[in-house]
Amino acid sequence: MTMTSRRALLGALPMTIALSLALPGVGAAQDVVRIGYAVAKSGPNATGAGITTIPNYQMWVAEVNAQGGLEMPDGSRRMIEVVEYDDRSNTEDLVRAIARLAEQDKVDLILPPWGTGPNLAIAPLMDKAGYPHLAVTSVTDKAPEFADRWKRSFWMLGGGHDYAEALVQTLVAAREAGQINDQVAMISVADGFGIDLVSAARPAFEAAGFTLAYDETYPLGTSDFAAIMNEVQRSGADSFVAFSYPPGSFGVTKQAQTMGYNPKVFYVGVGGAFPNFPQVAGGKAGGVMSIGGVDSASPAIQDYFQRHTDSAGSPPDSWASAVTYASLEVLEQAVQRVGLDHQALAQEIATGTFQTVVGDLKMQDNQLRDLWWVGQWQGDKFVAVNPAERQGATAPVIPKPEW
Amino acid sequence: MLASTLALGIILGGTYALLAMGLTLQYGIARILNLAYGEFMLLSCFVVTGLFTAWGIGPLLGLLVVTPAGYALGWLVHAGMMSPLLRRGDAGRLEVDTILATFGLLFVLQGIMLIVFGSDFTSYSYLDQGVSLLGVTVAANRLVALAVSLAIGLGLYAVLMRSNWGRAMRAVALAPQSAWLVGIDVDRMGRQGFALGGALAAAGGALVSMFLTFSAADGVVFTMKALIVVIMGGVGNVLGALVAGLLLGLAEVLVAAFIDPGLTLAATYALFLVVLLWRPTGLFGRVGG
Repeated sequence: MTMTSRRALLGALPMTIALSLALPGVGAAQDVVRIGYAVAKSGPNATGAGITTIPNYQMWVAEVNAQGGLEMPDGSRRMIEVVEYDDRSNTEDLVRAIARLAEQDKVDLILPPWGTGPNLAIAPLMDKAGYPHLAVTSVTDKAPEFADRWKRSFWMLGGGHDYAEALVQTLVAAREAGQINDQVAMISVADGFGIDLVSAARPAFEAAGFTLAYDETYPLGTSDFAAIMNEVQRSGADSFVAFSYPPGSFGVTKQAQTMGYNPKVFYVGVGGAFPNFPQVAGGKAGGVMSIGGVDSASPAIQDYFQRHTDSAGSPPDSWASAVTYASLEVLEQAVQRVGLDHQALAQEIATGTFQTVVGDLKMQDNQLRDLWWVGQWQGDKFVAVNPAERQGATAPVIPKPEW
Repeated sequence: MLASTLALGIILGGTYALLAMGLTLQYGIARILNLAYGEFMLLSCFVVTGLFTAWGIGPLLGLLVVTPAGYALGWLVHAGMMSPLLRRGDAGRLEVDTILATFGLLFVLQGIMLIVFGSDFTSYSYLDQGVSLLGVTVAANRLVALAVSLAIGLGLYAVLMRSNWGRAMRAVALAPQSAWLVGIDVDRMGRQGFALGGALAAAGGALVSMFLTFSAADGVVFTMKALIVVIMGGVGNVLGALVAGLLLGLAEVLVAAFIDPGLTLAATYALFLVVLLWRPTGLFGRVGG
């Protein structure tokens, strides 16, 4: 008997906690804006979310609340109340959490999870519930199609073709300047991102008259690059390109340093723009190219880096972080202009112009196209290199200084 | 070309052996399949990295700190978490119970590490200058890791084969139901085996942290690799883990160099399958052992 009642009590405990957490929110619904999100705080996606997504959400909420809350069209301010779930890097958990945010918690706004896959997984649900979906950290060539299918979705990080073709452009310019030969050694991880980029890069390199002296893929989870990098060094190519995830990006960099392999162009994939990359490279990151980049001369970016460092304890990554923060600024300004009505909000985000840390931002067919595709470490900054003609671009340093 | 590839394979294999030796002791002697094994290693990776970046204590000195700490942690986990399960006595259920318990421990440790160390990929540079060996340049830290794993593997094998303590350990591994008949304290031996496994996990973590990039979510990767090596080598056999680790390393590097780097994972599992079909208890496993 004692056992049963204790068990019943234990069973009831989570319910009580959930109720006591939820009740104040319900009672004060008029005075606050409830913003919900489900992100990976554990599991394999926790790393990406922990670098790019969560610090920006936390910083933005803290900043808005410090100003008295989110400003409404009538000039009043409402404090942000966050409803946060951990999706444990599990798509099913994520979808359930989003459904819960929309149907049970009835939050006013939903912020996106981290990553292309997770954003694609929730897109139909967000569309059904009518929420504007700022799918920031999604790299997909099908963005135009998705934007057309889900009218309130916004795709803000381009597609694989954009990054691969921009890299080829940068290398063509270097070849025309006589800085590199026409041989490229390319490796890629056999997973979503690597496959996307390499299948765009192969034809682009060939069309531009480059020869792929080495072109191999490696399985996800590879941690030892000694054999591969040996082959790469033997290939005689001036340019080395790795469409890799962070462990691979760090692995090939360390391996190249150990071997004393100094190609004239050294390009790595995701992770190359991480704030800890120079530390991984033993302080010798100068000249390494990767995805993304920031306009390091822009005061808004400098201020953003400083605030991020103060708030999260480390600088942001130089690829998706600033864009993530900009998406929150877009949301904030759109709410200030039209309020919390989802239809009006989506309309405003699609058509309005917003002042953000990445400059004046305007969507084109629900996509952000003014992005930096190729960046390079110069000094302690990861500067933007391509599109070269865009304001804020820096000329790349080729050949890369020796390690 | 072949010689240099072999050198790279042996070095990679040394890493795999290092990953697996602690797990094989824990599984073989204490009869506990520790699914949180990778998390033990990661914990050591983070501690060694912290010692190095905060106080400049190199990982090889750090090794001397984390190895006893790993022993202590293993002892505590065994005393606190595993003993109640062992006392139930049923050998068949014990395996399932401990798998479930350590599976839970995996998430607890992972959560703690995410909170304490954050979710960043972590990596530092130590002893990564190249050393020329058989025509290839290999990182000095990988050579150190290979040397230490060979020393631990062969040393432990000698102790297990030659000393009374080792004989008692093997008796517990072979026949836990009857070892007590000859005056062996089976529980104590099991606890020592588990704690020793913890110490080896910590030592392995300290060494791989010199050249691997890791994050708080990576424990499962270590456990998976270690489990393959353990099962291939024969459960509880330290020498088996060493040989199986080297074989896997060689297979991966040879395939990457001469066939296609994309097939390394396939090669690993093909070799695993062949070994298990040929010897179901692993290379060095005994029937019923």
